[in-house]
Amino acid sequence: MLTHLPVLQVIVPLMAAPLCLLLNRPRLVWLFTLIVSGLAFVISGLLLQQVLTSGTIIYDLGGWDAPWGIEYRIDLLNAYLLVIISAISTVVLFAAHTSIREEIPASRHTLFYILYLLTFAGMLGIVATGDAFNVFVFLEISSLSAYALIALGKDRRALWASFQYLIMGTIGATFILIGIGLMYQMTGTLNMEDLSKLLPDVEQTRTVFTAFAFVIVGICLKLAMFPLHLWLPNAYAYAPSIVTAFLAATATKVAIYLLIRFTFSIFNLSFSFTHVPLQILFLVLGLAGIFVASTTAIYQTNVKQLFAYSSIAQIGYMIVGFSVSSVAGLTATLLHLFNHALMKSALFLALGAVMYRIGSTQLSQFQGLGRQMPLTMAAIVVGGLSLIGVPLTVGFVSKWYLVVAMIENGWWPVAVLILLGSLLAVVYVWRIVEVAYFKPALASTKTIKEAPLAFLIPVWVLVIANIYFGIDTRFSVEVAHAASMNLFQGLSGVNR
Amino acid sequence: MILGLYNYWIVIILMMIGFYIVIAHGNLIKKIVGLTIFQTSVFIFYISMAKVDEGTAPILAEGINQYSNPLPHVLILTAIVVGIATTALALALAVRIKEAYGSIEEKDIQEKDNLDC
Repeated sequence: MLTHLPVLQVIVPLMAAPLCLLLNRPRLVWLFTLIVSGLAFVISGLLLQQVLTSGTIIYDLGGWDAPWGIEYRIDLLNAYLLVIISAISTVVLFAAHTSIREEIPASRHTLFYILYLLTFAGMLGIVATGDAFNVFVFLEISSLSAYALIALGKDRRALWASFQYLIMGTIGATFILIGIGLMYQMTGTLNMEDLSKLLPDVEQTRTVFTAFAFVIVGICLKLAMFPLHLWLPNAYAYAPSIVTAFLAATATKVAIYLLIRFTFSIFNLSFSFTHVPLQILFLVLGLAGIFVASTTAIYQTNVKQLFAYSSIAQIGYMIVGFSVSSVAGLTATLLHLFNHALMKSALFLALGAVMYRIGSTQLSQFQGLGRQMPLTMAAIVVGGLSLIGVPLTVGFVSKWYLVVAMIENGWWPVAVLILLGSLLAVVYVWRIVEVAYFKPALASTKTIKEAPLAFLIPVWVLVIANIYFGIDTRFSVEVAHAASMNLFQGLSGVNR
Repeated sequence: MILGLYNYWIVIILMMIGFYIVIAHGNLIKKIVGLTIFQTSVFIFYISMAKVDEGTAPILAEGINQYSNPLPHVLILTAIVVGIATTALALALAVRIKEAYGSIEEKDIQEKDNLDC
């Protein structure tokens, strides 16, 4: 049983999705989904423990040896990502039943959970697999169901946002497919480890450069890196609250994982960073993303959209950390990946609670909510502080590591720019605080009560995690550091 | 050189046509058509690269020792299924957009969205 954990991680949610149809009672399906997600979390925890004690796990699907068969390869980075995704999914699902009752017609509840599980399975699959083509398949499983999830939003703009995301996402995925095809043409293999061994022999060919370019642009579309982020704000703003909380915390992280996997493991470091000017490109785009998106966030009137832009800015931080291409920089990126997942799931879930009570997330409706929904608003404030990077929150930890990595590398101006970027976060978080705490309540929202426990419990679990991992950084820093050390050794550094 | 890589020229031409339609046209159905052409070009690309000179279909039979690589064919079967799913979903969304906005022109939809804000 234990040896099959890598495949069970993906198969369990994948198989559970059609089973939901048989249950077909909203509450039952919700409980079932919650259990499945919880199970996936337990599996990912076991996997992480196994990787920490005995190194990389290699699992051959159907007993076919790689490179002929598809292999699942779980190293520290994969296990770390799996834990993040399944943990966030489980916590977010606690509030799902209450939240979607207000936002989605009852007849579609079962379908909602099916799509949710498919998205979830797709993301886990992308992370677990060690086969480049398999990545594409899982990417499309998760993306197609994510488009449909976004289209379930109450507002008609959700449809338009979903359509735009579909167009951009499909172009991105097709780019990745072209890139993988070109790589296969040059090497005759799809296995990641095999590719990493065979690519160096042919890396000076134009085909390999083209393959690299296609893959990177495709992934950057998926990860909403500035200036390819146009699909993200609307998709996050108009999707059902639960979907936003889940996707904001996981979808872009999976794309970051792919970026790291392709640039560090499949193509090696010297190719990605010396033959291709990825460093300067990503540094400039990452910084531009931080400033443009943070500034745009300040002018938003819809709080969900505000935090969506802030997500793009936070991706900028991860990209900057990535562009240093040092162990410290990558550690900072991986840390921020974990920490940002905690912040954004807490924030968007709290916004879900606001949506549940007021039916809107317009900033103007937030007047006086500080008194009427004190616990929810307090959660948003703590999440906001974490976004800014105030000490004792997770945001501080990752910003600290990022700034230290920059200084270590001698990039003083970048470190200063990162800190300036944080000041912009102060502005947009303050706007919410000001409206919620210092303005009198609107007549229409005078009778609003605190959000139900179904929201408060998961939101506060996430908020407490935000503070806990901001103080006790042993788990996150150790794993992130070890994972980035691993990445610098390359895929073939592990013994089968 | 040019004639020998004839398949790949077709791939690039189709890819660019599809990509251009997706970007340039405001009509949602046309966008979907463009997207499909774009994806199809990739299918042709995979199938072309599987071709081995003088090779036949990969069948275990007497006298056949040179055959085309079947793996890209299998891969692209998967990609075709994904493509169909994408097109179906896009068309379904287009129907819902038409119901909600009364138009499938990007310009009209954007205008109505701006009014809502």
